[in-house]
Amino acid sequence: MTTPIASRGPRISGGRALHIYTWVIIAWLTLPVLIMILFGFNDTQGRYNQTWEGFTLKWYGQVFALDELTKALVISLVVAVVTAVVAGALGTGVGYALGRHRFRGSGTVNLVMFATMSSPELVMGASLLTLFVSLGAGLGVTTITIAHIMFSISFVAVVVRARVLTLDRSIEEAAADLGASPWTTFWRITFPIILPAVASGMMLAFALSIDDFVVSNFTAGTTVTFPLWIWGATRVGLPPQVNVMGTLIFMAGVVIAVVTSIRSRPGRRR
Amino acid sequence: MSQPFSPDPALIRGMTQRRLGRRDALRLTGLAAFGTALSACGVKGTGQSTQSAPPPDAVAKYWAGKTSTGTLNFANWPLYMDPKQPELKKFTAATGVKVNYQEVIQEMGPWFAKVQPQLAAGQSIGYDLMVITNGIQFKQFVDSGFLAPLDHSKLPNYVANADKAYSNEAFDKGNVYTVPWTSGMTGIAYDPKKVSRPITKLADLWDPAFKGKVGMFSDTQELGNFGMMAAGIKPGESTPDDWRKAADKLKEQKSAGMVRNYYDQSYIDALGKGEVWITQAWSGDVFQKNVSDGTDFKFVIPQEGGTLWTDNFAIPVTAQNPLDAIKLIDFFYEVENAATLAEYINFVCPVPAAQEQIKKDAAKLSGDDKAAMEAVAVSPLVFPAPTDYANLHYYRDFKTVAEQQEYQSIFEPIVLA
Amino acid sequence: MSSTRRVLAPYLQILPGGLWLLLFFVIPMVTMLSLSLQEGDIVSGYVFTGHWQTYVDAITNYRVQLVRSLIYGAITTIVLIVVAFPVAYWIAFYGGRRKPTYLFLLLLPFFVSFVLRTISWRQILTDEGMLLGPLKQIGLLPETFHILGTPAAVIGGLVYNFVPFMVLPIYVALERIDPRVVEAARDLYADPATAFRKVIFPLALPGVFAGVLMTFVPASSDYVNSAVLGSSTTTMIGQVIQSQYLVSSNYPTASALSFTLMAVLLIGVFAYAKALGTEDVMKVAAR
Repeated sequence: MTTPIASRGPRISGGRALHIYTWVIIAWLTLPVLIMILFGFNDTQGRYNQTWEGFTLKWYGQVFALDELTKALVISLVVAVVTAVVAGALGTGVGYALGRHRFRGSGTVNLVMFATMSSPELVMGASLLTLFVSLGAGLGVTTITIAHIMFSISFVAVVVRARVLTLDRSIEEAAADLGASPWTTFWRITFPIILPAVASGMMLAFALSIDDFVVSNFTAGTTVTFPLWIWGATRVGLPPQVNVMGTLIFMAGVVIAVVTSIRSRPGRRR
Repeated sequence: MSQPFSPDPALIRGMTQRRLGRRDALRLTGLAAFGTALSACGVKGTGQSTQSAPPPDAVAKYWAGKTSTGTLNFANWPLYMDPKQPELKKFTAATGVKVNYQEVIQEMGPWFAKVQPQLAAGQSIGYDLMVITNGIQFKQFVDSGFLAPLDHSKLPNYVANADKAYSNEAFDKGNVYTVPWTSGMTGIAYDPKKVSRPITKLADLWDPAFKGKVGMFSDTQELGNFGMMAAGIKPGESTPDDWRKAADKLKEQKSAGMVRNYYDQSYIDALGKGEVWITQAWSGDVFQKNVSDGTDFKFVIPQEGGTLWTDNFAIPVTAQNPLDAIKLIDFFYEVENAATLAEYINFVCPVPAAQEQIKKDAAKLSGDDKAAMEAVAVSPLVFPAPTDYANLHYYRDFKTVAEQQEYQSIFEPIVLA
Repeated sequence: MSSTRRVLAPYLQILPGGLWLLLFFVIPMVTMLSLSLQEGDIVSGYVFTGHWQTYVDAITNYRVQLVRSLIYGAITTIVLIVVAFPVAYWIAFYGGRRKPTYLFLLLLPFFVSFVLRTISWRQILTDEGMLLGPLKQIGLLPETFHILGTPAAVIGGLVYNFVPFMVLPIYVALERIDPRVVEAARDLYADPATAFRKVIFPLALPGVFAGVLMTFVPASSDYVNSAVLGSSTTTMIGQVIQSQYLVSSNYPTASALSFTLMAVLLIGVFAYAKALGTEDVMKVAAR
């Protein structure tokens, strides 16, 4: 769609310089990741993985050697999966209602969603802490999950709403005309159409959850998630296992992203 | 962090739609009004702010019906045990109890804040045993009723071997709730490669030659103590006026750009990375750092004095395995175990008989190892002589909450501002 | 029956999610407001007394950090626009078939945990690390030179962590520009600079606006970057709030500061929206 401009690049201005600049920015963004990956191969002796001491693969063999780190990773994964599923379900409901219906109170819902997405994480985490403390509830995996679902719902809802808004209603009407009940129409027609949006909303929720530090820090008590473990350990030196796990998570994310983007290429759509 | 991982235009579109208008603002105010209606609620405390002795039957009541679970979760500070955990392995071999040892405590404030909601809710904090320092949070732990009263009949080694002076410490007279893990001093650590002359006094922390390379503690008591001693005030007997004087001294140091940062346990990492050259430090840390990383840092008690503190074993009331916790406490009071621990960590040993044991252990060695071990046995940092105490100051013990809050309000802004 | 169901349908769909947001977003804000007006201590508990003096004290004590955070946030946002605009511009207009690839490369680092990325910068920039160590050894830099602990390090970290939030919205706005509009300008003898200034930039503004909205608030309230990369002279308000909650257990002061921060940011965002004439801008963005 915009290729005409590209072909007329010189008419706009300095394409080459911008091209180099873009690569410089990409390099800058990638540098810390490369360092992280590199130090996962560092043959460090002491507990400080700070200076390069030679190449080794041993940390990949001992990636689960630190029980607490492994436990933290498992907690993070469990919380993220639960968050993706619950926020996926609740957010889809909200997004669908907002995209499909006009009703009193939708403005308030929109406002609250906007507020959850634009409030400082710090304030959200802190306010949840005050709630749990006021209720006399202890902190732990449950409160972390509650918090993650809270900040993920709106993101799912926004993605789903956008898809529902662009939905061609004539298909649903046709189904209704053919005698399908609203329930059947939803599950057989509407849901398959919005499913990609639901799925990407859930993936977003998963990603937000597994990476969250700030809100978790306020709602975790002594429970430790992967980012919290790293935060605690960094004061006395990070073990190379953290680099290895970071690398593996990074690789997994990249593979998933590449696979989904290939699958969703227009040419391959059924 | 909220980071959209996919460049989903729908998301960006969704987020950038206009959604806030005047009516929405009114709705927000409506919510605020709703808030004031709800504001009758408060946060319940769990204790009283005045320390009162536990009822005489508290010990019997607490320990009645406790059973062992076979696993013991132990929360401690970093650099407080040989990383190979020889003592814990020995304990497990002797008792069959698996010890899950975690170096999760970096500073008292965050530790208390982290476990407070769980303890107040009567939930397990995931640890059966923890090591807490005397000071503001120690008092908060006690006053909140978060610590299990110790059954001394379960601590025969402690009764037999502990230095009797410890049962007299103001923060826990008679060792009702805690017994010492080790004591230590707060002094100055420095890197002789960066600092060209020997460091001897507190004033060196104010020396412009080290501008931006000085580390101070973020714990308000540690920080305030150094401010007071630098101003010639004894922390243990200080008044609010003294605190303000000390605060001025510390602010002067800060505004001159001397202080790189205010640290918790991470100061040792900062020293290792060359971020600070000279820093407030805890006595044993430097030895362990030197052993494990081959560094050559020095630790000194400054001429003006250092402070003396005690880190204590405590069992949280919600512990799931207090029986094995108290067993482990007593295990560390066996002379042999106290000795091996002190040999490695170089903090003040609460078991005087360990000194002889260390000398015996040293005799079995030869060469450098022998010399190093013999040095531990006579080190004033591990077994201080009465004369060494003359130069050491105690923490201020706060009698009331108001007093403690005033103290905090004077020193907190230095760390945070 | 069926019509009642139709009226009720949206409410039933919204109910679970809406309830969740009410319970765990709206009500916590209320408890926080309430707590900010309470007095007491963590041991004996806090009681509501309507003690607004806490606000006065908190703001007096920490106004420097509050202002500093807003300044850091503003600088971060401006630097982000400068950094991100050319990238978004190049990808949108020159990316061709490779557009998704470039966007993917830009997002790649963000598959690594936020905390880990920031710590990685710490490792790179540390006083005797891989960057400064060699320079100091050959005597190019004095031994006391450091990047960590300076405002530049903190702002650099903030910029780094929020790049996608600025690139993507600008990219989306630029991508939507109809090439014929630009051509028309050129045909009317606008030179490239004029075409950019009068046509492309105004059309990209909604993207910039969205980017500012998505970066200024989180950047000003961040505490991870200033904690990891900063020093005692770069403390941001987020660190103060964090510390009052999670070090001092001083809930009223912490809550008062949180509320103040949120109020300041909201007012800022509203004023900003007003100044730009939000309605029009946002309508374009929404399309």
